[in-house]
Parts: sequence; C-alpha cells; structure tokens
Amino acid sequence: MRALFNYIKEVVYAFVSLAKGLLLTLRYFVTIKKVNITEEYPDNRTTTISVKERFYGEVVLTHDENNEHKCTACTLCQIACPNNSIQIISKQVETEDGKKKRVLDKWIYHLDMCTFCYQCIDACPQDAIEMKNSFELSVYDRSKLVRQLNRPGSKLKEKPTVKEQQS
Amino acid sequence: MIQFTDITAWIHTLLLSVMSPTWTYVVELILSGVTALVVLLVCVIIMVYMERKVAGFMQLRWGPNRVGPYGLFQVIADVIKLLLKESFSPNRADKIMFNIAPALALCVSLMALAPISWAPGLTMWDTNIGVLFITAISSMGVIGIMMAGWSSNNKYSLLGAMRSGAQIVSYELSAGLSIVTAVALAGTLSTNGIIASQANGWWIIKGQIPAIIAFLVYIIASTAECNRAPFDLAEAESELTAGYHTEYAGMQFGIFYLNEYINMAVVAIIASTLFLGGWMPFHLPFDYPIVQTFNHIMDFIPTWIWFFGKMFLVIFFMMWFRWTFPRLRIDQLLKLEWKYLLPISIVNLLFAALIIILHWHL
Repeated sequence: MRALFNYIKEVVYAFVSLAKGLLLTLRYFVTIKKVNITEEYPDNRTTTISVKERFYGEVVLTHDENNEHKCTACTLCQIACPNNSIQIISKQVETEDGKKKRVLDKWIYHLDMCTFCYQCIDACPQDAIEMKNSFELSVYDRSKLVRQLNRPGSKLKEKPTVKEQQS
Repeated sequence: MIQFTDITAWIHTLLLSVMSPTWTYVVELILSGVTALVVLLVCVIIMVYMERKVAGFMQLRWGPNRVGPYGLFQVIADVIKLLLKESFSPNRADKIMFNIAPALALCVSLMALAPISWAPGLTMWDTNIGVLFITAISSMGVIGIMMAGWSSNNKYSLLGAMRSGAQIVSYELSAGLSIVTAVALAGTLSTNGIIASQANGWWIIKGQIPAIIAFLVYIIASTAECNRAPFDLAEAESELTAGYHTEYAGMQFGIFYLNEYINMAVVAIIASTLFLGGWMPFHLPFDYPIVQTFNHIMDFIPTWIWFFGKMFLVIFFMMWFRWTFPRLRIDQLLKLEWKYLLPISIVNLLFAALIIILHWHL
C-alpha cells in the first residue's frame, strides 16, 4: 500500500516539477521582447549595443586632459606579462637640477600576443593602465596589432611633492 | 459559406463530364493525394519556421531574422541548400536499400494520412477502421529507419536505428492504449464517427479524468515515437553522431527531416481528432440556453481554422516540451515507458471502461 502511495506521489511530483519548467519557458516565450538578451550585433553597433564593463577587450594607457600619463617605466607590467606582449622602452633624461631620471619613451603593446589575462593591470603600482571593453579589434594587417600606447608628446604626470600637499 | 464537400462534388461532376468514370476515379485519387501532400508540405514549412522561432524565444534569442522579413524565407533557403547538395551514398553501403529507405519512411508516414477527416465530408478514405489503420501504419515507420541504419554500413547508424526502433516499438504500446481509451469512449474506429461523437463536446471535456490522462499519455508517447527531444536518443552527437541518418546528405537527409515533421503533424492530427474533436468547433455539453448560444457562435468559425488551430496547438505543445526538458538516458527512457506510462494507461483504460459502462461520461 505504501509502495503504491509512493508511486503515485512520485508521478504527481514529476508532473509538478515539469509544469514549473514549462511555465518558465512559456514566460520567456510570451515576454520575449522584454527578456531577450541577444544583441543584434552588426545592426546595432552604433546604437543600442551594450558591452559589459567587465569585458576584457584591450589594454590602454590612460591619459588625462593635459596629455599626461602615470607610467613611471618601472617595467613591472612587462615582468608580469606571461607572453611578452608588453615592451617598455625607457630613456634617460636630465632634470633641471642635474639629476638623471628614467622616463617612458615607448609603451609597446602587442595585441596579437595578448591573452587579456589582466595581470599587467594587477601588477601596475601606479594604476597607469586599464582594460577597455572595446571588442572590434580585428585589422587587415598584422603589423597594425603592435601599438604604441603612449601618445606622442605625452609626459609623466608629476606627483605633488610632500610640501605641496601640506600647503 | 462554401463547404469543402461542394468543391469536391463540383470537381467530381466536372471530371465526369469530360471522361469515363474509371478515369475520373484515377484522376481524383491523384488529385486528392497531391492536395494532401501540398497541404502537408505547407504545414511542414510553417512548422520548421515555428520550431526555430519557438526555440529562439524560449532560449532568450530572436531565432531566424535575416532571410526575408522576420526570417520568413529561411526555410526556403534551407530547402534550396539541401536540393543543391549531392546525395552521396557511401562506398560499402547497400546502395539499393540505402536509397529506398528515406522514400519508404516518407511513404509510411504519408499513408497514415489516408483515413484522416480534414473537414466535414472531406476524407480521402472513409473507412470504418480508420484509427486501427493509422496505428498499424505508424508502427511500420520503424522499417524505414532500420533500413537506413542497417544499409549505411556504419556502426553509429546501426546503433542509432536500434535505439530508435526500441523506442518506437515500446512507446507504441502506451500510445496505442491511450488511443484505445478514446476509441472506447467514442464507440467507433472510424475517424468521421469519432469526430461526429464529439458534436456536443470534445472527449477531453466529456470523458473526464480518463480522457485527460489518456491525452497526456498519448502526447508523451507520441513525442517519443517522433524521436523528438526530450526523447531524441536516436540522435546523440557525442555517442552516435546523428543516429540513423549519419550517412545521408542532401535531399535524402532532407526527406528524413521532412518525414520527422510529417510524423509530428500526423501525431498532432490524431491527437486532435481523438481528444480535441478534429474539425469540430468547441462545444460544451450542457443544455442551458446560454451554452446553446455559445455553441452556436462557435459554429461560425470555419472548420479548417479549428482543424489547423488544434493541430498547431498540439505541435506547439511538443515544441514547448522539446525546448524545456532535458533529455533522458536510454534506461530512463525505457523505465518511463515500462514502469510508468504502460501501467498508468492500462489502469486508465479500465477506469475509462468503468465510466463508459456506468454512463458517467457526459
């Protein structure tokens, strides 16, 4: 008797759980205009396309409005990079008070080798680089994938000295 | 309102006026066959489009929307693609059987259409054993599949065909028993008779609980018989590639695909004939004046709308299952049939018999 009861209970439970699934898909079917998450990509690339902020597209060196970046050419990102897609070329310059200082000359980024692993950004102590969510990165010529990220004429953003901070 | 019987009678007199009765008979046979085929092909085109749209909407995407407005010409593009492809047959295959198999499978599923009542007075073969004929023919569909699997000379094809055969043969039982329930309620095997017995209400309403259970069992069993998900074990990419039609290409594959959808249409037509009244409008089995008025209003909707509406409703149910449920393992599949559906449908048949004897149905 108990076995029969369990059998019937099992069948009824099966139908209830199947009905739950059916209702969910029916809800999607009826309210597709609202719940649709598909981007009609080539059609909406200039209008409604939304790419999530967390998407890792390409590495950029951030510049502010005065064309200044924060990279001190410490090469920590270059060391952190697992597949040598970053090359920091620095040069020695002489400051006003006669000291020699190493500054960034070229920040070379090999997009063709980058795996978008985010390790360079984690390694940067100055928060000079960041990941953009752009994704239309294909080009016809492979040499265009090797990019110089620091803009021409850009220079290091001077940190306010301790005295200036206090005043 | 023009009735379909008027059209057929007009064609009959027209043909009789130009040729002898024998030739009239032959021409009418061909005409009815071609008409049924064309109607069914149009249905299949709609079903393929509908399937892809339903699949898309249930998976939060748009479905086909590139070819033509709302992707309406996608199916036509697919068919043209299949027609242009080479129908290749493998070197070591049994060539004759390999090439006959798709045609045979298609023939079998088209033969099941003969006794179906499309509209009042519009039946290709009005026989008193219509339902029996349909059940007999639809179980012959296995032969085409087994032929395809065997003659391909491919272990995946053979295993797929075996699985498909096991599945169709075992689910034939509970589908048959639920058909028997409906036949017992109607008291006749003729499709016209079954539809006529639903003039004052469909069996799913009049037959109470046994009819509802039989309808559910029939829908489940026929989904399995059509080899559709969640019972699409004959096609398993990882184990069996594409099952019995692994070796088929071009239009031969297209015919198997067509066959699958025609089977689905046949199953939907049978389900609507037995439980949902075929072309019969929606009537309620009560004597109140307001119900009578309602029944009369329902009569104004043409019968072909009722017929195809019910058919596509059942088809939508099957698509809805396909895009909701995860597929079963082979042992779960057979367990579902032999441990659940078959006992339930046997008990249900007895229950229905009891209700019929005591005249509890409306």
